[in-house]
Amino acid sequence: MSMSVDSMFVHKMWNDHELSKMVDGGIPYPMLSDAGGKVGEVYGIYDEDAGVETRGRFIIDPDGIVQGYEVLTPPVGRNVSETLRQVQAFQLVRETKGAEATPSGWKPGKMTLKPGPDLVGKVWEVWTTDMASD
Amino acid sequence: MADKPAAGCARPTGGPVGEDPVESQNQEPTPILREGHNMIKVGKPAPDFVAPAYHKGEFTEEKLSDHLGKWVVLCFYPGDFTFV
Repeated sequence: MSMSVDSMFVHKMWNDHELSKMVDGGIPYPMLSDAGGKVGEVYGIYDEDAGVETRGRFIIDPDGIVQGYEVLTPPVGRNVSETLRQVQAFQLVRETKGAEATPSGWKPGKMTLKPGPDLVGKVWEVWTTDMASD
Repeated sequence: MADKPAAGCARPTGGPVGEDPVESQNQEPTPILREGHNMIKVGKPAPDFVAPAYHKGEFTEEKLSDHLGKWVVLCFYPGDFTFV
């Protein structure tokens, strides 16, 4: 879901007149209105001086727990693939109940780590620095 | 999941849910110094809220806690019709 200080009426106009020209069928998720920035304030991303929300992005798990966040100033856009990668990593950790962890640069298909006594001091044997990037 | 409020002319708004009321009852001047914010922490609950929304042609009301059981990505941004 997305959220800004704009009203739901402006959300409708933006979706109908611009975003639906970029995304077939328009925006599929709810576009939330936070007039006055009260929710953004609680999340720590409301810019009082400008009267707008900054680019805060929160990953919230099925138990309502914040697993990760990122906050950018307005001129720089997010990387959706990176957000999806993080969600997939958190889902894997959750599915394995923490038996597996995802090392730097992990993405679906890449190897995971199984933390335990046998792995201490041995990560260098299974993970190399070139795996940190694509 | 999402309720549908009547789309009247008033500008509906929502806000945090389950927070302590911020406004005090007494009429004494509010101190300028504000309490340090409880910043969001990873591994801790996301503050619940309700907010009016536009979703697939309808005006709805969204409550974060209605989405328990699913992964949620909540994205704030500066404004509609801005560029990035």
